[in-house]
Amino acid sequence: MKNITRLTTGEALDDITLPPVSRMDLIKYSGSSGDFNPIHTIDEEAEKAGLPGIIAHGMWTMGNLAKLFTPYYEEGFIQDYQIRFSGMVFLDDVLTLKAEVEEHTDAYLYFRVRTVNQKGKDVIKGKVVFSKYE
Amino acid sequence: MYKNMIGRKSEKVKNMVERGHVRRFVESIGDPNPIYVDEQTGEKSRYGGNIAPPTFPRVFDYGRVEGLNLPKKGLIHGEQSYHYERPLLVGEEIYCYTEVEDYYEKSGSNGRMGFLAVKRYGEDTDGNVIFTEKMTTIITETVRRAMNV
Repeated sequence: MKNITRLTTGEALDDITLPPVSRMDLIKYSGSSGDFNPIHTIDEEAEKAGLPGIIAHGMWTMGNLAKLFTPYYEEGFIQDYQIRFSGMVFLDDVLTLKAEVEEHTDAYLYFRVRTVNQKGKDVIKGKVVFSKYE
Repeated sequence: MYKNMIGRKSEKVKNMVERGHVRRFVESIGDPNPIYVDEQTGEKSRYGGNIAPPTFPRVFDYGRVEGLNLPKKGLIHGEQSYHYERPLLVGEEIYCYTEVEDYYEKSGSNGRMGFLAVKRYGEDTDGNVIFTEKMTTIITETVRRAMNV
């Protein structure tokens, strides 16, 4: 695990690559989040909506991306977390979570964060402001 | 139709950061870190208890804005942001409400799309804002036509 408070501009947290997206992942997230929009779980409903297949909840992907910062809860916390949903996530996609330091000040670490699929396309991207304790 | 909703708010709703719900939520995003789920780890931490992850407010009830009706289907989640004063603590009560912040339309390759920006608030029992959340939802032309908005 990297020492987050020593990171400098251009350095990154260790990437995390997730197992291929499964229907069970999305069924579980539907249950835990209360978002039962069927385009995330039922093929026919996704097709009726004009999609090639079920797609992940954007908030599932956003929830996953934040875990890059979870190990550092004693050093600080996520003060701002801003995401733009730029691409769809389909079953069996292999996603990689990334966070790179844009700026490091006395009080904050500013990260550019994104989740990339197996084709190298950003599916979500945005910013994290990590507020350091002390 | 959505323009005249700008500025409208819902009533505050009491929510609880429930231990079991936090556990299920972090498992569903593949992040069952002990700081979220293990009581001892929480007690020994600087928070004195377990915390909830930043996207957990997805589960809260924010009440209803009178007159704001959104279609069940055909919405696209465009942007989402959170601002925190501190992490949410497992076991605490949070009072939540929502406010329609903006509505505008833009023409794009898929016709004229509507953008609905909603701001949500979470306050502690003393009325201090702990987090705010902004969500932009895109309403496609097809859906707007069907709804006459």
